Amino acid sequence: MPGKLKVKIVAGRHLPVMDRASDLTDAFVEVKFGNTTFKTDVYLKSLNPQWNSEWFKFEVDDEDLQDEPLQITVLDHDTYSANDAIGKVYIDIDPLLYSEAATVISGWFPIYDTIHGIRGEINVVVKVDLFNDLNRFRQSSCGVKFFCTTSIPKCYRAVVIHGFVEELVVNEDPEYQWIDRIRTPRASNEARQRLISLMSGELQRKIGLKVLEMRGNAVVGYLQCFDLEGESGLVVRAIGTACTLDKLSSPATFLPACNSPSKEMKESPLVHPPSHGCRSTHNSPIHTATGSRLTQSFSVSVPTLIYTGMGSGSAGKEGGPFKALLRQQTQSALEQRGGSPHRFCRRREFPFLTLTAFPPGLLVHVGGVVSARSVKLLDRIHNPDEPETRDAWWAEIRQEIKSHAKALGCHAVVGYSESTSICEEVCILSASGTAAVLSPRFLQEGTVDGSLEQRVEENLPVGCGFCHIPYDELNMPFPAHLTHCYNCRKQKVPDVLFTTIDLPTDAVVIGKGCLIQARLCRLKKKAQAEANATAISNLLPFMEYEVHTQLMNKLKLKGMNALFGLRIQITVGENMLMGLASATGVYLAALPMPGGIQIAGKTPSDGSYEQHISHMQKKINDTIAKNKELYEINPPEVSEEIIGSPIPEPRQRSRLLRSQSESSDEVTELDLSHGKKDAFVLEIDDTDAMEDVHSLLTDVPPPSGFYSCNTEIMPGINNWTSEIQMFTSVRVVRLSSLNLTNQALNKNFNGLCENLLKSLYFKLRSMTPCCLCHVNFTVSLPEDELIQVTVTAVAITFDKNQALQTTKAHAEKSLQRASTDNEELLQFPLELCSDSVPSHAFPAAKEHPESASSNSGTPAAQRATSVDYSSFADRCSSWIELIKLKAQTIRRGSIKTTVTVEKASPMGDGNFRNRSAPPCAGSTVGVVKMTPLSFIPGAKITKYLGIINMFFIRETTSLREEGGVSGFLHTFIAEVFAMVRAHVAALGGNAVVSYIMKQCVFMENPSKNQAQCLINVSGDAVVFVRESDLEVMSTQQPAVNCQPTCTGEVTT
Amino acid sequence: MTSELDIFVGNTTLIDEDVYRLWLDGYSVNDAVALRVRSGILEQTGATAGVLQSDTMDHYRTFHMLERLLHAPPKLLHQLIFQIPPSRQALLIERYYTFDEAFVREVLGKKLSKGTKKDLDDISTKTGITLKSCRRQFDNFKRVFKVVEEMRGSLVDNIQQHFLLSDRLARDYAAIVFFANNRFETGKKKLQYLSFGDFAFCAELMIQNWTLGAVGEAPTDPDSQMDDMDVDLDKEFLQDLKELKVLVADKDLLDLHKSLVCTALRGKLSVFSEMETNFKNLSRGLVNVAAKLTHNKDVRDLFVDLVEKFVEPCRSDHWPLSDVRLFLNQYSVSVHSLDGFRHQTLWDRYMGTLRGCLLRLYHD
Repeated sequence: MPGKLKVKIVAGRHLPVMDRASDLTDAFVEVKFGNTTFKTDVYLKSLNPQWNSEWFKFEVDDEDLQDEPLQITVLDHDTYSANDAIGKVYIDIDPLLYSEAATVISGWFPIYDTIHGIRGEINVVVKVDLFNDLNRFRQSSCGVKFFCTTSIPKCYRAVVIHGFVEELVVNEDPEYQWIDRIRTPRASNEARQRLISLMSGELQRKIGLKVLEMRGNAVVGYLQCFDLEGESGLVVRAIGTACTLDKLSSPATFLPACNSPSKEMKESPLVHPPSHGCRSTHNSPIHTATGSRLTQSFSVSVPTLIYTGMGSGSAGKEGGPFKALLRQQTQSALEQRGGSPHRFCRRREFPFLTLTAFPPGLLVHVGGVVSARSVKLLDRIHNPDEPETRDAWWAEIRQEIKSHAKALGCHAVVGYSESTSICEEVCILSASGTAAVLSPRFLQEGTVDGSLEQRVEENLPVGCGFCHIPYDELNMPFPAHLTHCYNCRKQKVPDVLFTTIDLPTDAVVIGKGCLIQARLCRLKKKAQAEANATAISNLLPFMEYEVHTQLMNKLKLKGMNALFGLRIQITVGENMLMGLASATGVYLAALPMPGGIQIAGKTPSDGSYEQHISHMQKKINDTIAKNKELYEINPPEVSEEIIGSPIPEPRQRSRLLRSQSESSDEVTELDLSHGKKDAFVLEIDDTDAMEDVHSLLTDVPPPSGFYSCNTEIMPGINNWTSEIQMFTSVRVVRLSSLNLTNQALNKNFNGLCENLLKSLYFKLRSMTPCCLCHVNFTVSLPEDELIQVTVTAVAITFDKNQALQTTKAHAEKSLQRASTDNEELLQFPLELCSDSVPSHAFPAAKEHPESASSNSGTPAAQRATSVDYSSFADRCSSWIELIKLKAQTIRRGSIKTTVTVEKASPMGDGNFRNRSAPPCAGSTVGVVKMTPLSFIPGAKITKYLGIINMFFIRETTSLREEGGVSGFLHTFIAEVFAMVRAHVAALGGNAVVSYIMKQCVFMENPSKNQAQCLINVSGDAVVFVRESDLEVMSTQQPAVNCQPTCTGEVTT
Repeated sequence: MTSELDIFVGNTTLIDEDVYRLWLDGYSVNDAVALRVRSGILEQTGATAGVLQSDTMDHYRTFHMLERLLHAPPKLLHQLIFQIPPSRQALLIERYYTFDEAFVREVLGKKLSKGTKKDLDDISTKTGITLKSCRRQFDNFKRVFKVVEEMRGSLVDNIQQHFLLSDRLARDYAAIVFFANNRFETGKKKLQYLSFGDFAFCAELMIQNWTLGAVGEAPTDPDSQMDDMDVDLDKEFLQDLKELKVLVADKDLLDLHKSLVCTALRGKLSVFSEMETNFKNLSRGLVNVAAKLTHNKDVRDLFVDLVEKFVEPCRSDHWPLSDVRLFLNQYSVSVHSLDGFRHQTLWDRYMGTLRGCLLRLYHD
């Protein structure tokens, strides 16, 4: 009996009138946890009942504490007929299960009904007593902290980053059970909400177990998603990064941490990469779209996916790690053969981090974006014999990612994420990340001694190290133009860099960044089952390729050379596929200046045509020039003064190098010789190509005073003021079925996105100057001819006057940052698990024998084609072959709750909750801020209270009366925000950071006057203190000064 | 490509004051968009008409959702669905309850019933205020009236507490409630020159002095009236006013009164002779108004009577306002010197208020 849950129902207010006769309500409350239910007395005839109940006590296993939500139902008592439900509140008590977080949940919660929405509020107090004497975790993993934030949370430091954790749980969807035919929509919705709540609890517990096994104490970058597979079930899956975190402000843990040296490290971390690295298969040939010149409508002189390189890794050293990798590979292969892999090994399989920002020094080099997609058919038949199908699917994809990373000379993938798109029985699984080389310091246990520290520093020139290519220059995985780094001039860099991570804080950027989107639609014939899957698979590579081309073109048009936070979403619908890629373009000082875009006509004989071309060329050149001015990109002459680079000399040298690279272009660019050698050539040979060029030019820059990006912070702006506005905007458009051509579709889709952005700028105009950060677009195709676009972002104001002076401040700051970084390194030298070295294995590619055919086939094909662009068609046909193969081997999915019987090793490291901890008083909060970012400008996060993960269903049978679809969804989203805020406030918090709306599934049936919507949101509940207030506090208690760097970038 | 659904939801609810104004004024979305276009907003922001349409729709939807809460403003403060900064909440409430002068003049003193509501069409046509806006304003009056009608304590305080209005607006509503309750006639043609402010001023004086809440209290101290009714006139007081009739019925008393006033004002008024000739008529008018107030119908006609019996005669003789003031002061004070008159307190309670009202009503 490891825990006692105590609940007290205090009062209600604003209850709806349930008795028409008296205009009042006789309300009482049922409190349910697991199978135990308590009831309050009926409070007669009041809309503001005061129950003031006793403490209801539930004695439960901690496993149940993690899995089960507390369920509070408010009812109207009726003497003669059945009691009417007013609504419910689900409270996730997980935040009460670990110390440091909330100690009590107390506050007003909106009473929610899936049919009527919010109906009044109820005041509830919840406490948990965990029994300290029980020192075994068994099936529970109480004490593991979860963070949605994809960086090390602000008031913690990473002692060890253990690596990737994943889990998924499968169940039948109550909506599709036979019983749904006879029960009310309300009952069905509630069953679903409850089930998902249970499943996420279970999932979190299981992930927690894995973390404990890895000896971690936290999951960072926790991302949980639902796949509503319809008939075939409901999948809840999660990924995250297991870490050992230390609270910064607690000196008790601080000291021992410094001194605990595990000096087992035999090999220099530089020679011995962290050995997170593997490779695998390719289902749908996404990565192939990488380096290629092509015969399509235009030719491209630069690979669409670019990978970047290694700083410290000179060719000589390259041999070392490689051998090590091979050794590990065989090792793990052995392990694989030895029967079903133990979980401990399996998790080491994937050297993935879901983080997008890293502790200083962790990220050594970035290779480029790696992604993999796979088309699967969901099985209609419930097949309990194959519970692991979904697991296997994902494992396959991850293997593929791993192999791509390896091809880029990287052992790790960072900024990793997974997603699905489901339409009927077809499901596209996608995964993407950024191949990277990581410093082993955080990944392995062992103290880094002083000399090593210095070497790392030496090898990581400030601000450009991560750009250096990690692969061998002479043996590049794809053709790319390499030049010497414009910053340090020592190492090679590619000419363009794409990544899925945030811009590293120390990166030297010229000018400001901007949001860049590639948008694409492709029609597809309606088909069934295998034929459908095949059709989709066939389309995918083309889409992927075009998306990348668009991104590249737009990047060039902006005069920039790198993309951060790249997220490509491919959505499948009945009769079309949509691709939407968003990223933040920046000009990295380390990378060469991007060339212009050159337009070439195919039929130069025609004079007017020629004229048209030159007109277009002029337009493009003008746009580039305008953009450079707009984003203040003026490299490198001015830039070096701005950035405050110490030596003036490199400027000249770099220019010299530039010209060298230009001449070297002649070698690589054999196909076309138009004007400037480094120009990007668009060949216009048909109307399609013309359209593409036009669409390039239709993107309107944001109005003055606005900037936008999809990363955490906007490069070039660092004087945020404290006003923030998080918002969600949803649009659904109906396409007229008459003009359904790819062209028209593209145009419509482009217009939709552009208009949406314009609307946002207009709505937020009172906040200027401001920046839309973390702009997150999601596309779904709910029905034929319907496109739904959902955007969530935060607008943050900044001080324009300060901006003018920032150049100086920035330089100072970066200096300052560098020094504090060093300090931090010295202060926290304690890293990571040496035992991980052998287990970070490279399992053989044939780990999954059933997919071996495709595994072995694709990568080879890719590499071949990426060199020879002329074989694009061949490559495609080979894909088609492959996909046909695939279609035959498409495995049928099944649904069953995966049972993982893990006997966790006993871990008594005092993660028990301090019973005497006082409830965090004083934080009486009116306003709760919400932001998709991990920080709050002008404020410092002092406490993480736990994860918020909520799932709601709303349904209506009176759509018109509720203001139509817009009114219905507007209300629902406002209600969701309200419920999130209420939960945060009840935990004692005043903000949600890393907030994300993971799902917004909207279905309507206007003819029946019905609509239904499912929303899933998550984030981290936190307590923040305004920096101005903090200064007052810190003068009083100097102990707070522990980490001045945390929110340093936002001084008010 | 048609837009099926288009929404924007902020964690902090966005309120556009201009759009709120248009919404309150009862414009349809299309009219509002047209008006916004005319304001030149497209040129200022570089937005398109489509963007403006979508933005306006969004705000209208938000306002529509907020309206339910605005009907009971304390709910707006405690609700959790819309996160709105307190200053914005105050603005929303204040603007929602703000009414048009033209409209209030039409319904002031009328019974806030369904019958009047039916006339809103005509009022709308007459005033040029949209029917929708008329309805909102009418419903506001009615709602406030219903809530505070039976309530004890200071009318203004009650309104402020239940509707969270500013002091100024709460006073205006007190006047509206007071007028509606007593059904004072304000619509007659000869009253058309009076503004709502004039009536509100009178209402405030009457509430302070002539209601049950005023009995036995210092009239300027509203806090001490907690247990009394502010909405109804003090019936007993009205009954007592009959006693004043002696001032005009008794010829000696009337002559004495006249001579006292004339002596005091000789040489001080520019219209002395006119005053002298008209004194008896004026005094008769003022006293008869008092004596008639026992009948509900005559209460309703109070303002008509005051204008007919006092304002108009003076105005036709071109009395300057300063002379009116001097006269009324002297007229009230001189009664204290009438030995045969026993109702000094009653007189002061009546005349004190009436003097204030008359001075306010006396203008072109």
